[in-house]
Amino acid sequence: MKLKLITAVTAAMMAAAPAMADLTFSALSYRTGPYAANGIPFADGYQDYFTLMNERDGGIGGERINLVECETAYNTEKGVECYEATKGQGVLVYQPLSTGITYQLIPKATADDIPMHTMGYGRTSAKNGKVFSHIFNYPANYWDGASIAIKHILDVNNGDISGKKIALVYHNSAYGKEPIRTLEELAKKHGYELTLLAVDHPGQEQKSQWLQIRRERPDYVLMWGWGVMNSVAIQEAVNIRYPMENFIGIWWSGSENDVLPAGEGANGYKALTFHNLGSDYPLYADLQKYVKDAGKAAGAGDQMGTVLYNRGLYAAMLAVEAAKTAQGIHGTAQITPAMMRDGMEALEITEEKMAALGLPNFGPTFSVSCENHGGDGFGAVKQWDAAAGEWKMITDFFQSDQDVLNPLIEEDSAAYAAEANITPRCE
Amino acid sequence: MFYREAGDFKTSYVDDNQTFPIKFDRYRYYAVLFIAFAIIPFVLNDYWVNAVFMPFLIYAIAAIGLNILVGYCGQVSLGTGGFMAVGAYSCYKFMTGVDIWWGGELLFRLPEFNIFFSVLMGGVMTALVGLLFGLPSLRIKGFYLAVATLAAQFFLVWMFNRVSWFYNYSASGQISAPERGLFGVAISGPNAPAWAMYLFCLVFLAACAIIARNLTRGSFGRKWMAIRDMDIAAEIIGVDPLRAKLSAFGVSSFFVGISGALFFAIYLGAVEVGEAFGIQKSFLVLFMVIIGGLGSIFGSFAGAAFLVLLPVFLKNFLVGGLGWPTDLAAHLEFMIVGALIVIFLIAEPHGLAQLWRVTKEKLRLWPFPH
Repeated sequence: MKLKLITAVTAAMMAAAPAMADLTFSALSYRTGPYAANGIPFADGYQDYFTLMNERDGGIGGERINLVECETAYNTEKGVECYEATKGQGVLVYQPLSTGITYQLIPKATADDIPMHTMGYGRTSAKNGKVFSHIFNYPANYWDGASIAIKHILDVNNGDISGKKIALVYHNSAYGKEPIRTLEELAKKHGYELTLLAVDHPGQEQKSQWLQIRRERPDYVLMWGWGVMNSVAIQEAVNIRYPMENFIGIWWSGSENDVLPAGEGANGYKALTFHNLGSDYPLYADLQKYVKDAGKAAGAGDQMGTVLYNRGLYAAMLAVEAAKTAQGIHGTAQITPAMMRDGMEALEITEEKMAALGLPNFGPTFSVSCENHGGDGFGAVKQWDAAAGEWKMITDFFQSDQDVLNPLIEEDSAAYAAEANITPRCE
Repeated sequence: MFYREAGDFKTSYVDDNQTFPIKFDRYRYYAVLFIAFAIIPFVLNDYWVNAVFMPFLIYAIAAIGLNILVGYCGQVSLGTGGFMAVGAYSCYKFMTGVDIWWGGELLFRLPEFNIFFSVLMGGVMTALVGLLFGLPSLRIKGFYLAVATLAAQFFLVWMFNRVSWFYNYSASGQISAPERGLFGVAISGPNAPAWAMYLFCLVFLAACAIIARNLTRGSFGRKWMAIRDMDIAAEIIGVDPLRAKLSAFGVSSFFVGISGALFFAIYLGAVEVGEAFGIQKSFLVLFMVIIGGLGSIFGSFAGAAFLVLLPVFLKNFLVGGLGWPTDLAAHLEFMIVGALIVIFLIAEPHGLAQLWRVTKEKLRLWPFPH
């Protein structure tokens, strides 16, 4: 039995021999499992952008893109299997869209000399490029998110929130625990009271947490949720008649899937974002023409313009721009993962660049350097309009509290450097 | 023709009582060991180790451990994931130096253990925890015991999430294995070569399998099986249920702990308790034992191979070979694995091990069946 299986696996592996000529990108996506509702739109956006590049521009710098998709189901074991299965094909950059898988891959990718981009997730202190040579988390990270949410609350309260009660409802995993450190530090600075409410995977059961919120009536509730946890939390908030404009989710808790199930009640719910919304961009005309009408859209092709689809587009756009930068630096179109890393480290996103790509004002402008792999920490707040059925930006992009975050990042990355025996670079 | 005892004369009790008394069987066993230790390490690459061999080896250890408890002693356990977590977290603490605090002050810190002894300590600590959670088995049986071990599963996962001492106060609550080596070769961490990780796990699996096989053939195993078949009768003929049940829990947890430690330190490198050691893990290992065959060491291997290799094979075949979309393949994979489990259990309720036994019987008479 065992022997037969092994031979069969060998045969299948032989059949799946990789094509080495193109620029290979990987999509570690999850279209199945408890987080599929969020994984599908992101994966579609990510793939469609690469398809557009191939169909419209003939690839990047004349080299066609070979996109390898691998299903992780948001599961770390499958994520590792996907990483090992695809890394031999010369994948230029990994974007696992899972904080758990990111933690697995940080040491592995660094040892294999392959860069990884964890856009708005993953390990926050990877922003410190001196310690994390191959990990990038521009344009914003979780600690930026925490600080942006608090800044927004400060704005609403004319700059004084001492004595206010703020509750954090979080996914009880590495992902959900990320902002706690920052929120505690900010509590010291601004004098608010922080309550922590953990929700276990996958997050369908939140009655007791919301009972506690109902009892204690915190002034604000922040949420670090993902997948089914988001919609359940919003429904529970509606059930206890919590004022929705005081309920703020991180960017992963702010897609259409999360608010639609609660219907009218979700009106006024706020979430953060680090990129713009909607489909009112010149790029969408090209997407329609070259991808959708040509029948080459990924998945069911019905996700265009949704929040997470746009985020997938944005992630792919940043990857393509980094590849272009790498081609420019090394003077060759056929780049390797190591060259891609250099390109990511020299990436600069300006307003002109985004406008030229057909995505004007789509995200904040930032530049990456050897020391700073995380951008400048700009984000904005959006609000759900249930009647119109769409998200509306209610602020401009504004910066997180760097005075508080930088020492924290320094401290956490120093701890990692000591643990993993890393000497800081960029001297 | 094959598996003939005829002509295979034994002249001493030692010979007669050896693990594989039939010559052909014995040589096959030596051949498997030789291939596993001396040939595979030279031909494998990162993918084979990380996607195929390491999960197989580690789950085989866990399945052997659970098989001792469920298959040999008849005590149903749903706490395997929690016990694996105990192994992983104790391995981590011993790897990084156990720190003892008293009244907010660091009392002392043990030196960092070598990776081999860290994994072993993972097993020892799990055995102690297993003994503790085995105590209810003296009063309750069957489904009720399953519920009690389920409580262990949830309690342990909750504890490792809640008490930050276990993850050395890291902000994310994750534990990650630092680079450790044996004889100058890295075993854990990102720079460990594939063959070293494979051999390290293989040594543990081989040792566990040999220990388990001999325990189950000896007086311990007979007591366990007596308890499993009818505990009152066993008690009347002089088997102490306290010692038999608790020893089964201890030994079983020891193996499960080792597999948890290897799962964390060698295979994944970074672990988050709720995701890696949740209730699904308990069920997965239990399925391996049931599909492989209750009360059989070979069954543990077969079950682990079936549930680890089949999904990987299907994925490679459907996505890599046929070029299907990944989500379709992933859904179909569930259906195929599920259907195969049902078919196997209908065709052979005693698992793959029984299938193997029947095959052996047939081969023994071949080519002249009566």
